[in-house]
Amino acid sequence: MTSASIKPRRKVRFRVKPLAAICLLVVLFWVIVALFAPFFLRYPVGDLVSYDYFGPMSADYWLGTDYLGRDIYSRLVMGARYTIGIAFAGLILAGTIGVVLGLLAAAFGGLFDTLLSRAIDTFVGIPNLLLALVIIAGGGSSIPVLIGAITAIFFPGCYRFTRSMAVNVNALDFISAARARGEGHFYIMIHEILPNIVGPILADLGLRFVHIVLLLSGLSFLGLGVQPPYADWGAMVRENIIGISYGAPAVIIPCLALASLALALNLLIDNLPQRIRDHLE
Amino acid sequence: MTTLSNAPEAPLASVKDLRVTATTDSGREIEILKGVSFDVHRGEMVALIGESGSGKTTIALSLLAYVREGCHFAGGQVLVDGRDLTKLSESECRKLRGHKVSYVPQSAAASFNPSRKIMDQVIEVAEIHGIFDANTAREKAIKLFRSLSLPNPDTIGERYPHQVSGGQLQRLAAAMALLGDPELVVFDEPTTALDVTTQIEVLRAFKSAIVERGMTGVYVSHDLAVVAQISDRIVVLKDGEVQEAGTTDQIVGAPAHPYTQSLLAAFKPVVPASASDDTSRDRVLETRDVVAGYGVLGPDGRPQVVAVNGVSLTLDRGQSLGVIGESGCGKSTLLRVLSGLLPAASGGLLLDSRELRPQIAQRSKSDLQRMQIVFQLADTALNPAQTIGNIIGRPLTFFKGLKGAEREKRVIELLDMVRMPAQFRHRLPRELSGGQRQRINLARALAAEPEVLLCDEITSALDTVVAAKVLDLLRELQRELHLSYLFVSHDIHTVETLCDRIMVMYAGKCLETFNASDLHQDARHPYTKLLVSSLPTLDPTWLDNLKQDPELVRKFAHA
Repeated sequence: MTSASIKPRRKVRFRVKPLAAICLLVVLFWVIVALFAPFFLRYPVGDLVSYDYFGPMSADYWLGTDYLGRDIYSRLVMGARYTIGIAFAGLILAGTIGVVLGLLAAAFGGLFDTLLSRAIDTFVGIPNLLLALVIIAGGGSSIPVLIGAITAIFFPGCYRFTRSMAVNVNALDFISAARARGEGHFYIMIHEILPNIVGPILADLGLRFVHIVLLLSGLSFLGLGVQPPYADWGAMVRENIIGISYGAPAVIIPCLALASLALALNLLIDNLPQRIRDHLE
Repeated sequence: MTTLSNAPEAPLASVKDLRVTATTDSGREIEILKGVSFDVHRGEMVALIGESGSGKTTIALSLLAYVREGCHFAGGQVLVDGRDLTKLSESECRKLRGHKVSYVPQSAAASFNPSRKIMDQVIEVAEIHGIFDANTAREKAIKLFRSLSLPNPDTIGERYPHQVSGGQLQRLAAAMALLGDPELVVFDEPTTALDVTTQIEVLRAFKSAIVERGMTGVYVSHDLAVVAQISDRIVVLKDGEVQEAGTTDQIVGAPAHPYTQSLLAAFKPVVPASASDDTSRDRVLETRDVVAGYGVLGPDGRPQVVAVNGVSLTLDRGQSLGVIGESGCGKSTLLRVLSGLLPAASGGLLLDSRELRPQIAQRSKSDLQRMQIVFQLADTALNPAQTIGNIIGRPLTFFKGLKGAEREKRVIELLDMVRMPAQFRHRLPRELSGGQRQRINLARALAAEPEVLLCDEITSALDTVVAAKVLDLLRELQRELHLSYLFVSHDIHTVETLCDRIMVMYAGKCLETFNASDLHQDARHPYTKLLVSSLPTLDPTWLDNLKQDPELVRKFAHA
């Protein structure tokens, strides 16, 4: 019991459900594919490599060829990079803006909170896809504009979620104790409130990521997303949509990829170990 | 109310070697009840008494064939009328509950549906079991309302739960439980959440109903004095085991088990600390005509809802001032005003004879440091995401700029001051018990090296024995550090033990202030006398002999 006593290691034991473990593997798989995409390519993404359009799966073309005779496997791998990369960049921006503003609103309260909340509410009033169309119509269809559009669409949700959680924590006695001590708003935001709500916020961001992926794919499907010759998963579906009547893998594979990522991430968050979930509530 | 323990007939309910276990998230099994046995004979009221976590509510619920989620019956029997409740199917349980066995919950306010009229909810049990039709049930309910001495028994059922007071709602919950003429009634701490003056009314109503109907029941409580009024026999529990069981007279008069004796020790008449006749009094805190409340300030400079209405008080160095009053009297608001959390609308605050600004932001760091507030619920007063070391260390960094090893050293000193091992600084608040958390709560306030501690009901949420230890600690700290306490509580007993002077508050106003030793004198304000006389004693005949001026009760008690 001396001052030199070492801080004991916290033993954290989780009971991981099998479903959660499978979902985690799927999500990790796509993350690795996105990170190291160039190493997995078999053909250059934009090249026409086969004379056979909507070709079947074969030893040369693992997942067949698309409507121009390009290798689907290589395009899918590279598409993962676009889909996950753009969505993630948008998520980080939207999350940061939303969480910071949400904490500020809760810690300062009063008129500041009211004005900010009502201003952000007006954003929520505009339908997602419509807002995205307007931004892309104005800014052109480039990756930075896409990320900007995603940020503008998704930060109000992050803000609202953070604010509602933070307001609840803000009403607890330990916040009163800190305020009575004379602590500033920023200390309270970062040291007292944030650690108590970071779990739920991360879970919420995870679910929001799925929404972003779906919105991004939707935009690409409309031709407003990633531009040819490159393609994300949504764009791949659009390009090859006529192949659906031939049962070509070109259109089914990107759909499956999209579904597997969205489903796995959703189920993973729903089935987080009880220990983490307790912390979330 | 007569004890039938000598009668040859079988007991109505009998708990035999009951074991209940709970499974934690990590799959560990915890024994909540470790083989509990007792009998309840017809016409007898048995009290289960113990601290939080003793398993008393678990036993009470098992008599309704119910275990809370995550728990299960691991062995033993709960026999009611010869049937083992641990083996019933869900539909058999439904038939049993409300009809044969019924339940009066601790918080009636949380048990009534706020969107339906009271009468509809009271007679629901008759509809579910098809005992009688709605009209008969309604007549019966009105009769019950009358026998529970509820005001306007004919029309009170037409109100919604928010339109009656807490004490009335508790009696209405009892009426609901009694409507189906159950053979066994389980009372789960039904008066714990009530003010003392209200508690009397409810206890009286319960007792007369029990006597009138010759009711058989189980009464769960942590308050020995309350139980002494109601029950025929008492079962003392600790950590899921029966410590002692006996008749009320025996348990209260001649307890055999050391644990029961320690429970009783908390009721020993106290010798109030005589106010020192030190003439050279050093005034540390003073308020003059403080008005504060909630809502927008009106044109006259008063808030919409006035919670503290012109309170003046003085606190001398090294002394304690106890503030007593019932819920809603403004005592906690007064503390929030002093700490600056709720700026006063008008009036003056003086700390060490220097003016104290109403708002925290306008106060200097040294003013803030001199006065620290300790909150009632240590569960919410400690940040669950920070270690104890950080919680106690923050004021050291904030007020004194201590860092690293120096701060660590001081944290250990502070832990030692509240009698906690140094290793605890690595723990999180949820890894401590209620009493330990309250000590940490205290240590954080002491870290600032304050002159005045504002204590808001800091022992109310603790068990008797634990609270007594915290009070001892407060007294020791006062001697060592020459602290001054402003101690807010609804519990006269606690205040009397700890404080030199007592202030009584009612409806936001200070009624009177006097030396603690003069509490029982005749010159006291009628409301103070009412409060004192409403405090249950261990004498089982106390409730029957209690005489209170009905005029006074009507004026002050919000039953």
